[in-house]
Amino acid sequence: MISPGNGRPAEGSGQLIRIDHLVKTYLLGEVEVHALRGVSLQISQGEFVAIMGASGSGKSTFMNVLGCLDKPTKGTYRLDQIDVGQLTRDELARIRNRKIGFVFQGFNLLSRTTALENVELPLLYGSTSHRDRRWQAADALETVGLADRAHHYPSQLSGGQQQRVAIARALVNSPSIVLADEPTGNLDSRTSVEVMEVFQRLNDNGITIILVTHESDIAQFAKRQIVFRDGKVRADKANGSQKIASEAVREMPVIDDEGDE
Amino acid sequence: MRLTNTLLSAFRALRRNKMRSFLTMLGIIIGVSAVIAMLAIGQGAKYSVEQQISSLGTNVIVVLPGTQQTGGIRVAAGSATTLTADDALAIQKECPAVALVSPGTRAGGQVIAGSQNWSTGIEGTGADYLEIRKWKVEYGDFYTEQDIKTATKVCVLGKTVADNLFPDASPIDQTVRIRNVPFKVVGVLAKKGQNAMGQDQDDIILSPYTTVSRRLSWFTNLRQILVSATSSENIPIAQNQVAELLRMRHKIASYDADDFTIRNQADLATAATATTDILTILLASIASVSLLVGGIGIMNIMLVSVTERTREIGIRMSVGARSRDILTQFLIEALVLSLLGGTVGILLGVTGSRIISHVVKWPTIITAFSIVLSFGFSIGIGIFFGFYPARKAALLNPIEALRYE
Ligand SMILES: Nc1ncnc2c1ncn2[C@@H]1O[C@H](COP(=O)(O)OP(=O)(O)O)[C@@H](O)[C@H]1O
Ligand SMILES: [Mg+2]
Repeated sequence: MISPGNGRPAEGSGQLIRIDHLVKTYLLGEVEVHALRGVSLQISQGEFVAIMGASGSGKSTFMNVLGCLDKPTKGTYRLDQIDVGQLTRDELARIRNRKIGFVFQGFNLLSRTTALENVELPLLYGSTSHRDRRWQAADALETVGLADRAHHYPSQLSGGQQQRVAIARALVNSPSIVLADEPTGNLDSRTSVEVMEVFQRLNDNGITIILVTHESDIAQFAKRQIVFRDGKVRADKANGSQKIASEAVREMPVIDDEGDE
Repeated sequence: MRLTNTLLSAFRALRRNKMRSFLTMLGIIIGVSAVIAMLAIGQGAKYSVEQQISSLGTNVIVVLPGTQQTGGIRVAAGSATTLTADDALAIQKECPAVALVSPGTRAGGQVIAGSQNWSTGIEGTGADYLEIRKWKVEYGDFYTEQDIKTATKVCVLGKTVADNLFPDASPIDQTVRIRNVPFKVVGVLAKKGQNAMGQDQDDIILSPYTTVSRRLSWFTNLRQILVSATSSENIPIAQNQVAELLRMRHKIASYDADDFTIRNQADLATAATATTDILTILLASIASVSLLVGGIGIMNIMLVSVTERTREIGIRMSVGARSRDILTQFLIEALVLSLLGGTVGILLGVTGSRIISHVVKWPTIITAFSIVLSFGFSIGIGIFFGFYPARKAALLNPIEALRYE
């Protein structure tokens, strides 16, 4: 096993995530499925990590644990020095609400509510006042370049736009981490790069980004690349040649798919 | 999550499935309107009972033989035959607060007039009976004090009896055979209608109590003495005077209980309204069964809704909704369903009761109590039957809910 977080500062206030010997075993009837077989790694504030690996290598399982959506079978997960394993359901909900923004491959928007209301959703479960909610959500939509689509329903938006709404929702509570599980999996290549541009912009603003992808093209936009295989970390290295998405977009041919439904 | 938002999203969710929400509410609508209507009918019955009891005649006191059963509404057993005609006379003579007295006895049997026959009750009375009961003779006359003294075989027919025995002719001066004893008909009573218990008060024959006890009955003691007080304020005084007189006449020692029972109209009203109260409770209970069924309908739909919206629940949890946020969301939805249903049900119940009043001529009374009760019931049903589905939603595992297809 390759030692975790090599070459990166492991101590101090910069350390955001610390995972030790994480194991996740699913029980399918009589059969045990070992999704994670002992993962240890550390991620610091402000990193942009791409997690890669073949399908079934445990990436999503890992992300769900990071996102406090699922609990590991064994091992510890410390977020901001807090042992997440000791927290109650409500405390986990609070962490999901305040510290983490999650972006899914399938967008997971509420279909009968507008883009703006979807973005507002996390604020409903916090202590934000009604007035603040509106402009914070509008702000987040602005950040992802969708201010003019605020009152559209998901079905009236393209895939890329829907994913940007989902990103805005992940951002709206100013989380310290954004987790994205194959956010570009359902998008064409140009739209994917545009979404990466958004992530890079967020990362420039100090938000930690952890993103799962099985496309190495997409992983090129991250600062650090971790490869999973059979539920273990196979490789973990800094990306010496990080590509800048905003530049990459300019070099790509324009495909007529957005902004004109 | 704020209540207004929760309410808003509840309305939205219900609007999404208009037909389904309506059908679910229909259960509550029917239940609540049935409860309202049944309570209205019951209250109406109670009201008409009270009306009819006061139409029994004002200031009436009834003296019955035998001991009163404590707490019971049952009139004492007739086996204790302690009241005599002399008692009645003494009451008339010696009680200053008493205005009129009518000794009473009773028999029943087959009555024949020509080819017609009819089974009815025969009430033996004094000459003042009609005045005490505020009743009138429509045709002919009532029998006199003289008839009573000599135990003449005369009778006065109730309207129903007259109509059945003499469908085409006037019964006056005709002869009817009561249990084979010939009686001359001297009069026909004015129609009085049904009493509180739905009995036909006109299905009766009145005759001098002396005649009835000698010719139609096997004992000479009285079944009752009907007394009217000089005024309604004097009712308690009259009651006391009658009681004292009878205790003295019956030689009852001071430590012994009365061998008679005195009831006034208020007692009778209490007894009768107790019966209608039971009727009301019965009707309302039957109606609330449909409310219960409506509640089960809500539970059913909420369970379906939770299953359908598992993914939505997962999404909400993934952005930080706590169990209790999800619980309130679904509970509020169930409450909105039941409260909307309840409100419509109340309106429908009130209108329905009005229509019943109008069409069937049965009095109905809507009380604030029955509306508050129905409203409370709706809330209770919403919470009770909404809780299980809401809890089921709240306890979902976020990741499993998100993965749900
Ligand atoms: N809920 C589950 N129940 C049983 N097995 C599961 C479940 N989720 C994932 N797995 C299994 O765990 C392994 C890792 O899955 P996953 O983390 O989704 O991989 P990846 O996202 O890298 O494709 C796979 O073998 C998968 O079949
Ligand atoms: Mg996956």
